[in-house]
Amino acid sequence: MAKVLMKGNEAIGAAAIKAGCKYFFGYPITPQSELPEYMARELPKVGGVFLQAESEIAAINMVYGAAGAGVRVMTSSSSPGISLKQEGISYIAGAELPCVIVNIMRGGPGLGSIQPSQTDYFQATRGGGNGDYRLVVLAPANVQELVDLIIEGFDIADQYRNPVMILGDGMIGQMMEPVEFREPKRRDLPEKDWATTGTQGKRKPNIINSLYLQPEELEEHNKRLQAKYKAIMENEVKVESYNIEDADVVIAAYGTTSRIARTAISQLEEEGYKVGLIRPITLWPYPYDEFEKINPNCKGILTVEMNTGQMLDDVKIAVKGKHPVYFYGRTGGMVPTPNEIIEKVKEIYGGEK
Amino acid sequence: MAIVFKKTRGLTDVPTHYCPGCTHGIIHRLVGEALEELGVLDNAIGVAPVGCSVLAYKYFNCDMHEAAHGRAPAVATGIKRVRPDNFVFTYQGDGDLASIGTAEIVHAAHRGEKISTIFVNNAIYGMTGGQMAPTTLVGQKATTAPYGRDEAHCGKPIRMSELLATIDGAKFVERVTVTSPAHVRKAKKAIMECFKVQIEGKGFGIVEVLSTCPTNWGYTPEESLRWLEENMIPYYPLGNFKRPEEVE
Amino acid sequence: MEERIIIAGFGGQGVMAMGQLLTYAGMIEGKHVSWLPSYGPEMRGGTANCSVIVSSEPVGSPVVVNSTTAIVMNKPSLDKFEPSVNKGGRLFINSSLIEQKSKRDDIEVYYISANEIADELGNMRVANMVMLGAYLEATKTVDVESVLEGFTKVFGENRAHLIPINKEALERGAQAVREQMKANV
Repeated sequence: MAKVLMKGNEAIGAAAIKAGCKYFFGYPITPQSELPEYMARELPKVGGVFLQAESEIAAINMVYGAAGAGVRVMTSSSSPGISLKQEGISYIAGAELPCVIVNIMRGGPGLGSIQPSQTDYFQATRGGGNGDYRLVVLAPANVQELVDLIIEGFDIADQYRNPVMILGDGMIGQMMEPVEFREPKRRDLPEKDWATTGTQGKRKPNIINSLYLQPEELEEHNKRLQAKYKAIMENEVKVESYNIEDADVVIAAYGTTSRIARTAISQLEEEGYKVGLIRPITLWPYPYDEFEKINPNCKGILTVEMNTGQMLDDVKIAVKGKHPVYFYGRTGGMVPTPNEIIEKVKEIYGGEK
Repeated sequence: MAIVFKKTRGLTDVPTHYCPGCTHGIIHRLVGEALEELGVLDNAIGVAPVGCSVLAYKYFNCDMHEAAHGRAPAVATGIKRVRPDNFVFTYQGDGDLASIGTAEIVHAAHRGEKISTIFVNNAIYGMTGGQMAPTTLVGQKATTAPYGRDEAHCGKPIRMSELLATIDGAKFVERVTVTSPAHVRKAKKAIMECFKVQIEGKGFGIVEVLSTCPTNWGYTPEESLRWLEENMIPYYPLGNFKRPEEVE
Repeated sequence: MEERIIIAGFGGQGVMAMGQLLTYAGMIEGKHVSWLPSYGPEMRGGTANCSVIVSSEPVGSPVVVNSTTAIVMNKPSLDKFEPSVNKGGRLFINSSLIEQKSKRDDIEVYYISANEIADELGNMRVANMVMLGAYLEATKTVDVESVLEGFTKVFGENRAHLIPINKEALERGAQAVREQMKANV
């Protein structure tokens, strides 16, 4: 199929429909509103339903109902709205329902700003809702990858019966880039025989539930969840690396920030510096093992984020004290510039190339 | 011997956890019977709330979802929009529907969701141990209103049926109780009619059932029935507030 | 080749569309492209701007901080983005709305009376296309044909009848640049 120029937010909608998602429940919030607008326009054309809920809380609970009824369903929001959705996300994880949740992050805390940020990393990867649960968190760096990850995200959600979060920021949501809707590789997915469809008098009732009043039962449920998470950690890690075996400094960055880092690295290379990049595509499961491949004589790892240091914790866990870990971040909707990153890398070099 | 009465197939054989004298059991039976008699049981998907009827998913003999506190109408919306041919109902208490879930019930009604809601109002938070609800009567004692509900402090109790009846999308609204066989028969009739509104695709329907809570009210089951009739019915008048004929 | 362009003006002057046309044209020609708008309340009647990158290499950061070209449609945009232009870069000023001259002597500056030209063409709304035509003439970043090919993608098929006047606007912008170059020789 030919390339088309699409805004990130609209590309998400097109990709979801391509993945067979016909149901979308959402609530307006900048900078992701083009996505619900796109769905409102396009879903009726494919026999689907777009519904604007009265709140993000209602929207995520509609997703809970729809996912339990056995269909591919999506919702989207931006940071403060995602906070409101945490209750429902925890229930969806607890009841083991598949769905895709999009967070086009903006600055925080509180109402914050509407400009791009990456300040919901903790919330996404550590679980913003209650209980021991995990979301699969996918962090695309460009609109093409956004499309590919949305499509694969629905498969991951169905395969593991687990919510998947697409973590982008205002920049990727708003920007236009060429995309191609390739025919995706389909996974072999299990039947949704657990879904509520009405018994039709042919089977026992199916119950969608996250309540286990007996401690023994809830512990068993949690063990089962953890076993599932372990399988996801073993099978679903995605990461892109550049020149890390040979680098004197390695930058760790994800999403749009990784692109800025990549621009900085190109400029540094022209000046003779050897700088590598680790770009986690899955933020959970985190690509900890990738950091083992870093040049043992590397002078330091520089984590670059649009926050005050959140993925930094995972980088430290991954590095295990083998290399010094540094951080550079901007917040509030300020986007780091390549020059700022270049300065920081040179500082780590300490004057000698 | 001929069978003159048997338990409805609409309920499972799981013994309920409800307190002695609580009328949830009767209301469950009426819902189960209505589902069975209208022929929608095998096509039904129910949504249980958080509150005393949190375990309702074990008792209704159909596919069920357990919702977060107050969110049952949103969950039911998600189900019904995906499966418009299934019969979808919520079963909610007054803390769930009239307090934490007011936005969800008002907007499900306002959108005219083709779902049915059974709203069990016992004027108190039962499951959590007798705290004040938005429906607790003025002067009525609760663990979080130990001196009785003070109107100046927290207002008068909210009348959800009257409120919902003002919404265009709500096509059937009726308040009933189950304190006597005659009331039970009327309640059953209301639930049947409410369910038919969904089956006929007319819109949102709700039956509010005034119910007892002997445990937290601190009365015997019999005293509770009398207390309900003498105190709740004067404030929460029984009757139909809306049916499709009046609208169209 | 990497063109890093900032296009800025009042909301309603068509700066976003101008950027999208350029991006589309780049894509049609097989170049790597990105378009990033400013967004939010500032869009509502205030200044709007977008960053466009057209490159022979994959696009790194989509944010244009230091530009190879700035196209400014109003005075606040000139004040804001004139300093962003790299040494040796280009600045296109809509002289219909901006009386002030550029303070920079290390860049190429073009003064295009976009609104007057659009008015002569009988449609004030093509002022942005006049500016775009000027830009294309001076930089040859993409072909005018590619821009016209992208026109219905940006504006929709039901605007196809506007292609002739837009084509004319592009040409008048180009002409303005040619005249200015001649005058400078």
